[in-house]
Amino acid sequence: METTIDIVLLTFLCITAMAIIHIRKLFCAIMLLGIFSLLSACLFVTMDAVDVAFTEAAVGTGISTILLLGAMGQTNAHEKRPPYQPILALLVVLVTGSILIYGTMDLPAFGTPDAAIHLHVAPRYIQQSPIEVGPPNMVTSVLASYRGYDTLGETAVIFTAGIALVALLSAPYKKNELAVKNEQGSLSTIQPATLHDHLILRIIGKMFIPFILLFALYVQFHGDYGPGGGFQAGVIFASGIILYSLIFGLDTAMRVISPTALRLLGAAGLILYIGVGILCILNGGNFLDYNTLASRPVDGQHLGIFLIELGVGTTVFAIMVTMFYAFSFRGRHST
Amino acid sequence: MIHLPIVPVIIPLLAAPLCIIFRSKQLAWSIALAATWTSFCVSILLAIHVVAVGPLSYNIGGWPAPWGITYYIDTLNAFVLLIVSGMSAVVLPYARKSVEMEIDSSTQPYFYSLLLICITGLLGITVTGDAFNMYVFLELSSLSSYALIGMGPRRRALTAAYQYLIMGTIGATFILIGIGLLYSLTGTLNIQDMAVQLRANDILGSGNRTLITAFAFLTVGLSLKLALFPLHLWLPNAYSYAPSVVTIFLAATATKVAIYMLLRFCFGVIGNGTIFQMTLGKIILIPALAAILVASIVAIFQYDIKRMLAYSSVAQIGYMILGISFATTTGLTAGILHMFNHALMKGLLFMVMGAVSYRVGSVYINDFRGLGRKMPWTMAAFVIGGLSLMGVPMTAGFISKWYLIKAALENGWWDVTILILLGSLLAVVYIWRVVETAYFNPSHENEEDIGEAPLSLLIPMWTLVIANIYFGIDTSIPLNLAQQAATLLMEGI
Repeated sequence: METTIDIVLLTFLCITAMAIIHIRKLFCAIMLLGIFSLLSACLFVTMDAVDVAFTEAAVGTGISTILLLGAMGQTNAHEKRPPYQPILALLVVLVTGSILIYGTMDLPAFGTPDAAIHLHVAPRYIQQSPIEVGPPNMVTSVLASYRGYDTLGETAVIFTAGIALVALLSAPYKKNELAVKNEQGSLSTIQPATLHDHLILRIIGKMFIPFILLFALYVQFHGDYGPGGGFQAGVIFASGIILYSLIFGLDTAMRVISPTALRLLGAAGLILYIGVGILCILNGGNFLDYNTLASRPVDGQHLGIFLIELGVGTTVFAIMVTMFYAFSFRGRHST
Repeated sequence: MIHLPIVPVIIPLLAAPLCIIFRSKQLAWSIALAATWTSFCVSILLAIHVVAVGPLSYNIGGWPAPWGITYYIDTLNAFVLLIVSGMSAVVLPYARKSVEMEIDSSTQPYFYSLLLICITGLLGITVTGDAFNMYVFLELSSLSSYALIGMGPRRRALTAAYQYLIMGTIGATFILIGIGLLYSLTGTLNIQDMAVQLRANDILGSGNRTLITAFAFLTVGLSLKLALFPLHLWLPNAYSYAPSVVTIFLAATATKVAIYMLLRFCFGVIGNGTIFQMTLGKIILIPALAAILVASIVAIFQYDIKRMLAYSSVAQIGYMILGISFATTTGLTAGILHMFNHALMKGLLFMVMGAVSYRVGSVYINDFRGLGRKMPWTMAAFVIGGLSLMGVPMTAGFISKWYLIKAALENGWWDVTILILLGSLLAVVYIWRVVETAYFNPSHENEEDIGEAPLSLLIPMWTLVIANIYFGIDTSIPLNLAQQAATLLMEGI
């Protein structure tokens, strides 16, 4: 049964990928990319990697589709046909693909219990993590404690992406911030939003947004027990705000949470994460050694993981919304 | 003292969000300056400790080696750490005036924040002993450098950054595939443990196809990152359109860190040099030689001098890879030493470019007319940097060329020796074009007077001039470190 599901999913994945390459309408390509992510999320579920599937669904299908649409708003909705046939590129792709297939020949078969990855490092993660670290979800233990430093790096990557975008799009961004302030000063009315007339969307949106935000908080704090954690929670919380701004207009959303607040939050999340690490040093342990944070090591681990997940969630949320604002602002300026 | 290995990475990483919070350009610059100098001082302490006592390791989160992430610093790391943190410490004082001129003042805090993240990324790659952690910090350094290049004053900077983004992402993905395949073979992400597991499971000698594929992807991915000919196409555009400070910093450090990664994987994981020389060494020899010859010739025909120096960088990378491909102790010494020396000379030459573009506005060959008289200190620095690049005795460049030739002769490769010398002669040609224009061509008649560059640009520049000369005369520090590192690599782990 599982094989059949895998085969069906992989076939769809291939078809979607081909369609993305073939299609010239960027809007369709972006939608297909969303479907591609959803299919891969399903594949991750069949592989029992629920945390990864969750992230892929939240990031790939949710946020990145919106950001790509925002980027499309800056350009044409139609891809130009390249003046040449990229035969060389096709050749490179074919060679790379065949080398990859060649490389899998000596890999242990999928799921074999005596493969190296199951014998060397993994047993300790599986057997010891509930005792050493605490959370029943061992993915959280690995991500937040054993390899917590990688997660710090990834949080910094998200932060970098946000400030890189703001830095590159900033000049028009600034101008618009002023424009908004002037409008507010003179009129102090809510700007008519793009979807103002869509009554159903407005009402459904109003009903759903609180639950989206609540669900994000649940994902944030339930990461110890089930799939979830700061990354997913941040993204979901951000999509709640983005949905709000799509329905009720950017200016309204910016009164709820201003770009300045987002900038501070984005930086604060990262500082919180590093701060926890430094606090561990001050308490006499190594960097990010949560054992030192409380009198009982497991309590320390719990506190440490809670704090860094909070940092991750805050940064991811703030940066995602910042990126959305940056694109929308620029889009409005250019049109 | 025991926490020293983590400090050079954490300080700039902490400073980056601080720059964003305060959002004052003056404060951002001061934070960045303090962070880079702290990193540099700690790196010096680490290098002293490693040379005196031996390798240092540091378990992050308190988890021991294969389960957690471990920082592992031996002579090779310590040396690269010195190059990266030292160059960033020299670049930051230079940055204030140059950035003031080239970057919009409201974006400056973002610029410094991104620069700090780039420094963090490069330092993080250097000190870590964990393959996946290396990839995470590679992402950090790449992402920030794409944005930094895109912030260049001309609009084409965006195209250049995009080109680099595509090539760099392909490279990084290839590296990730390589690391993933190695993980599936060994079940560990710790680089030293990978080497142990490969031997224990007897994967090394049996011609395992997954292992071959893993190294194929790693080598191609890293070659893209370090701009080995013919995968260098992103580099000239990126270097010539980026803001001056970014060009100086990236030219002096980024490609070296990629070379370090290549060394770490090829020698650290496969083990001793013999296997490397029989396989990958032979494959990368040809592109290295082609880089020296072709890129040097292309450099001669460039009108944009920043671009000319970028092509020269491609050629110099060829020298480093050539030294590594010998896979002998002398060859490796030459390659590693050239990483250091090239950082000194290219840092210096690009600083001159930054100063010229600060005063003149652009760095086309015609802009150099008469600069020998108008900007005497800047052009004197260019001459010394150029001499070092050619490999004239009493400059740093001579030492690495000397060891490279020695390594080639040890192997009895006469033809390679001739090519190395030919490369130096080509360097004479392209450096001379600029020197001739600056000193012997009359200046434009109708141009207003251009003064010497400001002191805050001249002091870092002349620091590097002195370094170029000092390390050409008293070679003991870099040479010892490079030799120790080469011996370590040849022994394997």
